[in-house]
This record gives sequence, C-alpha cells and structure tokens, in this order.
Amino acid sequence: MGKMFSIVVVLIALLSAVPILRHTWTPPVDISTHGHAIDEQMSETMAEAGLSFLAAQIILALFVWKFSGRREDEKVSHFPGGAKVMVIAAVLLVGSEVLALGIVGQRAWASVYFTPPAPNALQIQTQAGQFAFYFRYPGPDGKFGPLHPDKIDEGMQNFFGLDPDSDPDSKDDIVTAELAIPVNREVHLLMHAKDLGHSFYVRELRIQQDFVPGLDLSVHFTATQTGRFEIVCTQLCGLGHYNMRAFLSVLSQDDFDKWLKQKASEQ
Amino acid sequence: MKTQYKLAALASVVLLVAFGVLYSGKSVNASPSGQITGTVKLDGQAPKQKVIDMSKEPSCAQIHAGSPVTTEAVIAGANGGLKNVVVYISEGLSPADAAQVPAQSNQINQKGCQYLPHVVAVDTNQKVEVVNSDSTSHNIHPMPKPGGPNHEWNKSQPPGAPPFQEAFGTEEVAIPVKCNVHPWMRGYIAVVKGPYGVSDGDGNFTISNVSPGNYTLTAWQETYGTQTQKVTVAAGKPTAVNFVFKAK
Amino acid sequence: MPEASAHAAQHHAPPQSFLRKHIFSVDHKVIGKQYYGLALVAVFTGMVLSWLMRVHLVWPNSPIPGLHWLSKVGAPGNVMTPEYYLSLMTMHGTLMVFFVLTNAPFAAFGNYFLPIQIGAEDMAFPRFNMMSFWVTFIAFCVLFSAFFVPGGPPISGWTAYAPLSAVGPDAGPGQGLGQTLWGVSIFLFCIASLLGALNFIATTLDLRAKGMTLMRMPLCTWAWFITACIALLAFAVLMPACLLLILDRIAGTSFFIPSNLVVGDKLQPHSGGSPLLWQHLFWFFGHPEVYIAILPAMGIVSHILINSMRKPLLSFKVVIYCMMAIGFLSYMVWGHHMFVSGMNPFSSLMFSFPTLMITIPATILTLIWLGSLYGSKLRLTAASLFALGFISMFVSGGVSGFFLAQPSIDIYLHATYFVVGHFHMVMGVAALFGVFAGTYFWFPKMSGRMMNEGLGKLHFLLTFVGTYCIFMPFHYLGMAGNVRRYAAFTDDFLVPLVPVHKFITIAALVTGAAQLIFFYNLIYSRFRGKPAPANPWQATSLEWSVPSPPPWDNFGGKHPVVYHDPYQYGVKSSTGDYLMQDSPETAAGD
Repeated sequence: MGKMFSIVVVLIALLSAVPILRHTWTPPVDISTHGHAIDEQMSETMAEAGLSFLAAQIILALFVWKFSGRREDEKVSHFPGGAKVMVIAAVLLVGSEVLALGIVGQRAWASVYFTPPAPNALQIQTQAGQFAFYFRYPGPDGKFGPLHPDKIDEGMQNFFGLDPDSDPDSKDDIVTAELAIPVNREVHLLMHAKDLGHSFYVRELRIQQDFVPGLDLSVHFTATQTGRFEIVCTQLCGLGHYNMRAFLSVLSQDDFDKWLKQKASEQ
Repeated sequence: MKTQYKLAALASVVLLVAFGVLYSGKSVNASPSGQITGTVKLDGQAPKQKVIDMSKEPSCAQIHAGSPVTTEAVIAGANGGLKNVVVYISEGLSPADAAQVPAQSNQINQKGCQYLPHVVAVDTNQKVEVVNSDSTSHNIHPMPKPGGPNHEWNKSQPPGAPPFQEAFGTEEVAIPVKCNVHPWMRGYIAVVKGPYGVSDGDGNFTISNVSPGNYTLTAWQETYGTQTQKVTVAAGKPTAVNFVFKAK
Repeated sequence: MPEASAHAAQHHAPPQSFLRKHIFSVDHKVIGKQYYGLALVAVFTGMVLSWLMRVHLVWPNSPIPGLHWLSKVGAPGNVMTPEYYLSLMTMHGTLMVFFVLTNAPFAAFGNYFLPIQIGAEDMAFPRFNMMSFWVTFIAFCVLFSAFFVPGGPPISGWTAYAPLSAVGPDAGPGQGLGQTLWGVSIFLFCIASLLGALNFIATTLDLRAKGMTLMRMPLCTWAWFITACIALLAFAVLMPACLLLILDRIAGTSFFIPSNLVVGDKLQPHSGGSPLLWQHLFWFFGHPEVYIAILPAMGIVSHILINSMRKPLLSFKVVIYCMMAIGFLSYMVWGHHMFVSGMNPFSSLMFSFPTLMITIPATILTLIWLGSLYGSKLRLTAASLFALGFISMFVSGGVSGFFLAQPSIDIYLHATYFVVGHFHMVMGVAALFGVFAGTYFWFPKMSGRMMNEGLGKLHFLLTFVGTYCIFMPFHYLGMAGNVRRYAAFTDDFLVPLVPVHKFITIAALVTGAAQLIFFYNLIYSRFRGKPAPANPWQATSLEWSVPSPPPWDNFGGKHPVVYHDPYQYGVKSSTGDYLMQDSPETAAGD
C-alpha cells in the first residue's frame, strides 16, 4: 500500500506540473504598460511555489515508501537536527522568499494604485448595472454632466440618467455600449455602480477593480496593442452575472477619433 | 292531430323561443358582429430613434450585423402610419362582451434580443405565451404599476426551456416589459377588456368581433399617450375610425 | 484548579428514557455524534448540489431529469435557470462551510473526544452543549427551508455581499424570503457556535484530570482549544453582521446600502450605508473561519500520524506554537479577500504581509510532519492514509496561497477559478481528509465496531486521485482567466476551456460515487462491523483507556490520573512500543 501511495503521489505531482511547464493554460498576452511587473511576479511565484510543491510531494512519497511496511522489531529514529532544523529552514527559506515576493511585488501594486493618473489622461466614465457596462465620454467640453438616477430610462438608451435639457454639461456627453480607447494613451476610467457591486476585469490589461456603490473609484491604464478584448464582471451581481460583459476596442488614434464622431452622431 | 301532440309541439316552440331569448345575449357567436378598421398616423416628424448596440450579446449582435436595430418608441412608416398603437374599446362594452376571454394566447417572442412584437395586446386573463428563440438566456420582466393589482414577476428562460404562459387579471395600458439580462430590450403588454387591435407598419388596424353599439375607442401609443373617439358600430359594414397623433 | 467543584457541578444521573439517551442528551458523546450525523446530511446534500452545478456548467441548456421536482421555477422543463444555478451554489457553499467544515472536525469530534482526552466526565456546561447542537439543527432547518419558499434560495453566494444581499427582492430571484432565511440561519448558527466555543474553552481550562497539564494534552485537544478561542471572537462578529443585514432587509435600515441605487428599475429608499462594511465584518469572521475549519484537521492528523508512525512528532511544543501563531495571525489577514474591493490600496499591502507570514508556521508544521516520517515505523491504515493525504493536499492548497497573498498577482487571479481551486483544496479536501481520518480512527471507539479497512483504503485511493483530478485543473482554469460564479460559459474567451470543465465534471461525478463506499462502510460497520477492543490502534491517549464505546460518564466513576505526555511511542514498555497516558509505568529507553 505504501509503495502504491508513493507512486500515486509522485505521478500526481509530476502530471500537475506538466501543464505549467508546457504553458498550456496561461494568462493571455499582456497589452498593458504595468502588466509585465505582474507577469514577472507570477512567474517568480510559480517557480517558488512549484518547487515547494514538487519537493514536498516527493519527500512525502519518498518517506512513505521508505518508512512504511517496516518490521515491528525495528527501532524508530529521528530526523537529524529535529524540529530546530525545520524551524530554521522555514524561517530562512520560506520567510525570506515570501518577504522578497512581498517587497518586490508591492512595486507592481504601487504602479497601478499609488501612481496618480497623468493629467492629460483620457477620462472615460463607466457604469456597471445589472447586467451590462455602459460608457460615457465627456465630449468636447471635457466635462461629465450630473447623473440623475430617477431619470434612467434604459428602453430609450438613457442608461446614465442624463438630463441634457437641464444640464448643459450633459449635452455633448457620448454614451456607448463599447469601450473604445486610443492605443498608447493613458486612460483614466471613472467607475460608477448603478445598483450593487460589480467588477471591471480585462485579463489582457491586467486590471481588475470592483465597483462599489457609493464610492468614487477609478483605475488608470495604458493599452499598448490594438485589438478587441473582453471586459467581464467578476463580482457576483445576480442572475445575469455570467452574461455581463462589454468589449474593449483599442484603436489607433485616427480610428478612435472616427469612432467617437460616429458615436456622437448616434446620441 | 291529437291534442297531446299539439300541446307538445306548442310547448317545444315556447321553450325554444324562451331559450333563444335567454341565451342570445350570452353568445357573441350567435349574434351578428361588426368590425372597426382604421389608420393611425403621426402628424409631424418622428423623433430620431437611437441605435441599439448589442455587442454584449454577440449571438444577437450577429443576427443584426447587416441591419442595425434601433429603439422602437415611435415607428412611423413612409406615409406617416404609426406602428404598435393599441386600439381598444374603453367605454360602452356590455358586461358580457367585457368578460369575454379569447382562448388563444398571444405570443411574445424573444428573438435577436428584441421582443417581437414590440407591443402585444391581450384581454384580462388572456394568456400571453412567452417564447425564447435565441441561443442566450432571457429573463422577461413585466413591470406593472407598483402597488397596483397586477402582479410583478420575472422568469428566466434558458435556450431549450419550453414556452410558458402567463396572464394579467386587471386592465393596464400598458405594462412595460424589460429583460433583466439585456437592458436595451423593451416591449409592452397592453391588458384591456373586449376586442382590440394593434396597428401594423402602415398604421392600419382592425378590431373584429365587435357587437353593434356605441362605444368610446381609445388609441394608445407608448410615447404619445392616448386619444379617444366615439364610434358607432353596426353589423355587416365595418366602421372606419382614424387617429392622428401630433409629434412633439 | 477548581476541579472538585467543577466535577461536582457536572455530576448528573445517567439518562433513562430513549429521548434523554439519544435525542435531548446532555452527554457530550451523543452530542458529538449528533453533530457528525448533521454534518453527514449536510455534506451529502452539498455534494449532490455540486453535481448539479457541475453538470449544468458543461451542459447548460440540457434538461437534468427530475430537477423540476426540486423547483418548478428554477428548472422549467428540467433546464436549470442561471439564477437557480446561483441558488444551488449559495446553498452548496453555506452548507459546506458552516454545517460540514465547522461541524465535523470541530463540533463533532471535539465534543466527543475533548472531555475524554483530558480525563473529564463531560463538558463544563452539558446543557449549553445540548442547546448548542439543537440550535445548530434549527439553523440547518431554517437554511434548508429556503429551498421551498417562493423565490427559492438566495443567489448571493455564501459570502452574501451587500447591496445584493441587502436590498431585497428587487435584486433578483431568491433575494426575498430566501436571503432573509439565510441570515436567520447563520445568526442562529453563530449563537450555537459561541455556546460551543465557550464550552470547549471552559472545559479545557477547568476540567483536566490530575496530572493532565496543558502540555500533556493531545495535539487534537490543543487544536480544538485554539479553534474554540478563534471561534469565540469570529462568530461574535458574524452574528451582529447578520443581524444588521436582516435589519437592512426588513426594517429599512441602511447599514450596508448607500443612496441613489436603482435596482430592478426602482430607486432604493436607503442611504448612508457602506457595502465595504459588510465585507470587512464578514471577512473578519470569514478568514478565521477557514482556520476554524483546518486547525482541528491539523490536530487530528497529527494525533493519528503519531500513532501510525509509532513515534512522536519532532517537537510537540513547536507544533502547538505554530497552531497558536496561525490562530493569532488569522485575525490580521482578512483584507486579503478584499485586495481589489475598493478599500484603500495601502491597506491591501498591509494585509498582504501577515498573509505571507502565515506561510511560516504552516511550513514549519508541514516540515515537522514530513520530517517526523523519517525514521518512523509507518503503519498504513485507512486513517493514516487519509492523514498522509492531508499533508499532500495541504501542501497543494497552501502553495496556491502564495499567489493569492500578493495583491499584484491577485489583480489577475481574484475571482477566478484559481481562488476556487485554492480554497477547495485546503478546505474541501484537506479539512475533509482530516474528518475522514478521524472517522476511520475513532469509529471503533464511538461505535464499538471496526470499519472495513479494505473498503477504507479503496475509498482513500479513489478520493485522493479523484479530488486531485477535480481541483488541480481549477488552478489552470484560473491562470487562463476563467471567472468564477458564472452559471454558464457562453463567451468566446471561455468556450475553449469547456473541455477542461468536462473533465472536472466527470471526475467530480466519479469521486462523488466513490463516497458511497464510505457511506456504505459507515452504515454497514455500525451494525455488522467486527467488535472493537478498547485500544485497536495501540494508542496512548485517554480515549483508548476506556471501553469502546465509553460508558455514559466516560471513566465509569473513576478519576483518571495522568503520568505522561500523550505521545509515548517508540519506547519499551510492558504493553509494547507505547505507554498509555494513565499508566504509572515509566518507559525504559527513549
């Protein structure tokens, strides 16, 4: 039984490692300026976690193989160094490793959260509500008109509850169902929750941030590649949560300008 | 003829006439019915309808790839004919006619992430049949007046689920219908009493099975509200009634 | 030690009636078995729910035969609606975390064995103990009733984030009565757990037999004691949080709901509340809760391993200090569930460091377990196999924690299947392995009969391989960006991952079927197992010094005296290579 256990453990450990080593399922290509730090952090952690995982499973298998099925009259012995070695190993190896991960990792975190958006970042507002994302561009005046929750009329495409008749700032606001942004230009995304908690997640951008009702949250990022990417909700928000998505279109500056003009004409 | 047979024959005739008189009022089928036809027009320019972006639901966006979909608040044809106007009898129905509930259901089809038709009319307690023709799940949510007698409900229909039927017990013109999953979807269920009609793309409508009499006819359009007209219906020849809504 | 008075307070006459013996019993052993039985019902239900979930995920538009009997609205034409998936998911999580993982390793085994292991006749407060179980039972019934109310069970997950959970039925199906029942059930569960925790702590501190110093208590007793200390603080926070949630729902308060929310087209009449407040309160409980789930398993596994290895662990004291450190640190890390929640990002860093630090005592424990295997005379039984399997699972589940503890990586992995894989491995598998190990080890003591070892080993093999097949792929899915809590995978990004989900579903169904071997073994052995001696495993702690099963007052009126630490193995004595704790004999040699 002991031999079987050991073989099973080693097989499982090795088979588990295969998809990792072969990069079968990996995060999609990173299209952000801050993402490489996250990806590096992930690789580093994978190496350390992977080694710890393999080492522990193999040692477990080895010891069970060697020390099970022994005769009753054999004597027990103890690992040289005893618990002291384990404590020192844990503190030194693991302690230093996690400290390093933590200290280096905070730089990746800081680049997303502790640096303010550039003053000329393109400001776009996004609203999350059961079960869709909508986006608002401030228009030529560069200002967002106020939101009136009681004026929301989704059937007439007034998702944000704008009142252009009373609020001049709303007159040129452009509301879209798609988030288009110019490539290589920093975007400052203001996040508004219409009804309850949601989250904004674009895997390729390495961005994930919850919408919290009542809080003015935002994220900022720069996309470095054009293309069409999914924005999905990752905070359980009700029956349509699995179907709550929008698309991010990263366009050249020219294409973006054309797109924005087209959307302005559709308001 | 023998006296007994005469008496029997007389009794039968009397009974037949009595039954005929008693039941003639109950059956619409028995008595001759009239028809109301007409056209609803829009006087003026229809407000621009907004383009609906269905990109969040790629399977529906694909269906409309060649021909973008817009909101349907005001659909006016080339000759100004207004679509989706519900025309019904708001006054003058006999209790018997008002109590009539057609046996057949009227269908709302969730197709291409739209409600087809955009406006459905039913009688109180007449069944609405809800169908999902799309490959995505919908969750139909009629929103009757809050605090009112009609009961608010919503129901999910995954693709593959069978059609279901629901009815409303009280008149309400009209109950907005939305989809909880797809915020742009909008439709209306107008719950009325008695016969009704809904105008087509040319603004033409027909109301059949109208007992002869004097009535008030109401036309309801989701943006412009209601208009009424008095009308007299006779058996045989259809009565013509037209409505004109003024664009704001 | 106020031993005499405590004992005097405890003395009660043996129960006579059937009702007093088996239903409303103050006997900690009966209560322990009742908790175990409740956990069995909960785990079976939770498992069936997970099968329904897994089948729906890979065949979302296919009818599942019979489902519409469970809910006509939730499964029209036997096709599961997305909201019903979420309802089943919420009930699955709630049942498993509360009614299985808090009940089985802690309340069930702890209640049964803590008093015996410290040489006491019963718990310090036997009537509180009975109340504690029956309140748990009522909580279970309240939760279960959510299946049958209009709207069905809640859809907000076991985490019940506000405002989704707080605004009421406008937020979706199940968010009416179902969610309120959930809140009431958990509120009651908290009361029961607090009573239980109080009992454990008072008993451990006050009712130890002569010679049973704290440092002579078995490791599982230590684990139960530390867990009870954690539980006292944790459940004391969840209880008012549930109350506040219920008030928001039925009394118009706004603890968790800010103003201007338009839910289901209706402007909500609330203002001033904070959704993040719910998250803080919940996770302040929620994180220690997962250690409440795993610490007893660590204690049980240590206890069993020592017996199976015929030698003590490398250091008794270090293990205890590590368990204490884990318990203490568990209160400093709750924010790691909230890295991207919108709380101050600086707080995220502050939570990240203690989270990473917990790795150290966890690693020390793992290294001690592994290092103790060296030089041992390992006996492989069903119990010890599950204990060894625990180590493997704990490592697997633990290393994925490395990733999630770092906020920068969590940006990508939060709310993906990576998290689901992580917590299932540590809680759903490792902690459960601790329960299986404890069952196979202690079943002879509790029932007086032996379980079938062959079936037990088969159960182990199938479950070990099966759970790896189920949960290891979750991590790959997470790395690929597969978002969690989705009722279906309909978008182009996720469709290529469906074959992995199919593999998982099949593994889940097969592994689930393998659990029937365990159920069968339990039931068959209960009635037809070989009669068990008092000490079938040649073990040392006090529970093995009494008959199988023990008499109603555990020690037959005697007061045991303890002469040794609990793990005198690998010694030379008249009984063999071990010395029981209550044996006055001294060992010759090591």
